[in-house]
Amino acid sequence: MTGIFDTILQGVLLGGLYALFAAGLALIFGVMRLVNLAHGDLIVLAAYIILLLANSLHLGVILGFLLALPLMFAAGYLLQAGLLNRVIGEDILAPLLTTFGLSIILQNAMLTGFSADSRRLTSDGIETASLPLFNGVAIGIMPLLTFLAAVGVIIALNQLFYRTALGRAFRAVSDDPVTARLMGIDDRRLFAVAMGIALAVCTVAALFLGLRANFDPTIGPGRLIFAFEAVIIGGLGSLWGTLAGGIILGVAQTVGASINPEWQLLAGHLAFLVVLATAPRGLFPRAVD
Amino acid sequence: MALLETHGLTARYGDFKALFGIDFAIQTGETVAIIGSNGAGKSTFLRAICGLLAASPQSIRLDGEAIGGASPAEIVRRGVAMAPEGRKLFPSLSVEENLLVGAWSQKARGYWTLESVYELFPMLREKRLSPAPALSGGQQQMATIGRALMSNPRLLLCDEISLGLAPIVIRDLYAALPRIKQGGVSLVIVEQDIAQAMAVADRVYCFQEGRVTLTGPPSELSRDAIHEAYFGH
Repeated sequence: MTGIFDTILQGVLLGGLYALFAAGLALIFGVMRLVNLAHGDLIVLAAYIILLLANSLHLGVILGFLLALPLMFAAGYLLQAGLLNRVIGEDILAPLLTTFGLSIILQNAMLTGFSADSRRLTSDGIETASLPLFNGVAIGIMPLLTFLAAVGVIIALNQLFYRTALGRAFRAVSDDPVTARLMGIDDRRLFAVAMGIALAVCTVAALFLGLRANFDPTIGPGRLIFAFEAVIIGGLGSLWGTLAGGIILGVAQTVGASINPEWQLLAGHLAFLVVLATAPRGLFPRAVD
Repeated sequence: MALLETHGLTARYGDFKALFGIDFAIQTGETVAIIGSNGAGKSTFLRAICGLLAASPQSIRLDGEAIGGASPAEIVRRGVAMAPEGRKLFPSLSVEENLLVGAWSQKARGYWTLESVYELFPMLREKRLSPAPALSGGQQQMATIGRALMSNPRLLLCDEISLGLAPIVIRDLYAALPRIKQGGVSLVIVEQDIAQAMAVADRVYCFQEGRVTLTGPPSELSRDAIHEAYFGH
């Protein structure tokens, strides 16, 4: 019995990581209907930037992360203003191809710059620390922090979207960009800010990805799949749906793995397919589409 | 000097030319109505003024300054707001949020605030937390006008202000126009209901197939002249 409880608990906490992967993707799709196929690679890039800042400047992981946040925000702003704003529009193929190309470029650039060796972020043994609960069930500090970070990011994004003028403008542009322009909203600049925020969220995801496990330049597309599955399971109605999507995916994976270690990814994909077959718009769909 | 004037304004949608040299002017404090049948170019004219369609710089002047081809954001900042055809409220925002989005470009407080818009249209206060699509057509039109006022414009463009609304609702909307003008706003109203337009406007422009076919104060325009300008020969 405790075995099952433990498995599900670990799955829920793993879901926090997937929600972190997914939050930036959902944000960008929600604001500008852009499917960013380079999302996973941008998370990996953020992890390398944290690593670089932490190691080469001897700042430690936390300071490195805090420095990487504004850097990634700026990178997102420039990426959108300089490149993606030129391709988004009626045609959905152009931005797909552009971000697909970007994904390949990023992977190869990271291979060249950081080699194919797998790396990880380390921070004073917190990665392996755990909190005993009862009956031999323990939760790792790192997975717990990851989950709390996911909840924190979602609360922060919700506050931004529903409590600020910027958030209202994001939602207005998402509803109707032409009318938003009539309100004096510069939708292209807003998109650039949204991408900046999405990459800052990617940096949070990267911190926990790197502290939790090894990463190398090729793992981006795999993270993208998890992010996609979490977003689609959750539906696009709310960011809490994305967290729910992440949790369902995480629990499916850990339950699958507990039955047979080879079934971890398979179980996650199956859960995704079951949701897609029974609720094609996700569990928490948008009210207005 | 006119508040807003256009000289030989042309506009096109791709290969289709929709406006053929419109000369238009509105003075501060005026209410100008634009009438004309479907496809006469009335909405296109307003869209061009708002910066949604390309226009040559000199063809549109605000306070004598060339603003043709400026971005919609720039035009709003300079004090021209639009209540677009079909209301176009943001469906996933509440009524109040729609109004607040209208104030996006507003850096300093002006006459029009949530409070003064709610005074103008008390119904909106009751529905302030409702999602925009839950409003009736007339309430949506009020919210659309209120949203445009929130930018504290000097010139308000109302496209198809009464289209699809019940007569009693139209009466309420028109009753609000004098109070809007008291707040220091000049008005351009696009209206298919000729009688309604003649009743409120200081001057009327009649459009037909992308050209101005008639202009003047309502008192000086004969029925026959309007009929001919509206429907052609």
